[in-house]
Amino acid sequence: MSGEARRAAERAARDHYGRLVSILAARSGDIAAAEDALADALAAALRDWPAKGVPRAPEAWLLVVARRLLTSDARRRRNAAAALGQIALLTGGADEPAGFPDERLKLLFVCAHPAIDPAARSPLMLQVVLGFTAEEIAPLFLLEAPTLSQRLVRAKHKLREAGVAFRVPDVDELPARLEAVLEAIYALFTQGWSLPFEESAHRAALAADAIWLARLTVSLCPGRPEALGLLALMLHAWARDAARRDAEGRYAPLSEQDPAKWNRALIDEAEEIIRRAARYRQPGRFQLEAAIQSAHAERRATGVIDWWAILTLYDALISVSGSAAPAINRCIALAHVDGPAEALRQLETLGADPRLATSQAWWAALADLRSQVADGPGALLAYDRAIALQRDPTVRDFLARKKACLVEPRPASACATPRLKTTTAICST
Amino acid sequence: MQYMLLIYGGETGLSSMTEAEGKTMMGAFRAYTEALDAAGATVSANRLQPVANATTVRAPGGVVHIHDGPFAETKEQLGGYYLIEAPDLDTALGWAKKCPAVGYGSVEVRPVFAMPPA
Repeated sequence: MSGEARRAAERAARDHYGRLVSILAARSGDIAAAEDALADALAAALRDWPAKGVPRAPEAWLLVVARRLLTSDARRRRNAAAALGQIALLTGGADEPAGFPDERLKLLFVCAHPAIDPAARSPLMLQVVLGFTAEEIAPLFLLEAPTLSQRLVRAKHKLREAGVAFRVPDVDELPARLEAVLEAIYALFTQGWSLPFEESAHRAALAADAIWLARLTVSLCPGRPEALGLLALMLHAWARDAARRDAEGRYAPLSEQDPAKWNRALIDEAEEIIRRAARYRQPGRFQLEAAIQSAHAERRATGVIDWWAILTLYDALISVSGSAAPAINRCIALAHVDGPAEALRQLETLGADPRLATSQAWWAALADLRSQVADGPGALLAYDRAIALQRDPTVRDFLARKKACLVEPRPASACATPRLKTTTAICST
Repeated sequence: MQYMLLIYGGETGLSSMTEAEGKTMMGAFRAYTEALDAAGATVSANRLQPVANATTVRAPGGVVHIHDGPFAETKEQLGGYYLIEAPDLDTALGWAKKCPAVGYGSVEVRPVFAMPPA
């Protein structure tokens, strides 16, 4: 019983952390206090639930208790304005398990406020709103966890003390903040996307959450093509999720997937959204990434991949995005257009960037291109590095199989991968 | 909440203005002040005399030092302030953006420390 209560409390906290903090903080303007109240409510749950049983809606229970704690705390608070917010909280009604407002988007825009240190904005969104831990976030920004925590504390303090408004910004301020919000939503999606397949429920929850937040953003900022682009990109990627494993449960890269297993309704919706975005004639990073997905999805109808179109899209993407990842995928496309030798030459040039030289995607691409130009020893070495850097066991198996084919050539049917694959963790797979 | 809009600018730029430029600036500030008043946002507002007329007092270890000039020599000087009442930072920033001073120098927005009730 005690174990069950603990698991229920932990699950409610993990699945609803950002939602609950956002509701609590949106009313009070105090993120740190909201987090403390939620932590205390969780502690109360661990005391209470083993004896009385797990409530029907654990997250609603946590919300009500956290609110009470927050209100009693406010009496002691010196800031009169904050106390006024608390009174609104008291009259906000104690039981609203069904009609949970989703305040997360509001809080995402607050975290992107120009009054906040730019270096703290994305980490703040990931931690407070999207429920990542400091340990998960720190490596994304090449920081030590304590340094990051300090930065987060400072940002929360400023939001509270300077009285930043907890609302969606006015139209004229939206564009400046939208980019960071879209980045954070995409980070949520890729976090789910790169989890091992075995954690399918958690993966699906993160993806559904990111898609839901993107839909909210689109409804809030209908005239922003990049918001549409992000939504289309995630729908396209998610449409293929089931196809990323073959009948035996083994990893299948994009070019080997059976298009019949792609989710047709999601692809159609993504295509419609890309067309809507294109009418604004303001291409951007997410629209271009969505267009690359769209080009791959064409295979469903045509049976072939238009690598030349994909290469052109990657060129455009690289010109608008500072990120290094698209350059690797561009080389994969280049191999189909100009041949593997030229692609290999360009990929090796990219390796001068130390960030890429330690990236799994770079080594996987290197292994593939080297095996195509019949550089057996070089390919073996690259496969070993790519396998060591890959945390998903299913993808590791896939790479190991390809490596094995290299070592002892088998009948074509066992290694039916004559053409190049991408094995990057993000949406080109 | 109360916010202090601190207006910084180079005094040399001000002194080298033509009469017409000076008039335009004064007119803009007058209109801005009236807008704040009309919105009921003003707590108090003042333009300050140049730092040439400033005197700074210090008393390290109880020994009083009085000297001519500002607290620190800087390229931009504090030239005036608006103390306003606003529900949140965003409203205060909205007022700061409209302040004519942003065209001449900069406006620093500082929340006023809320003193605990005695």
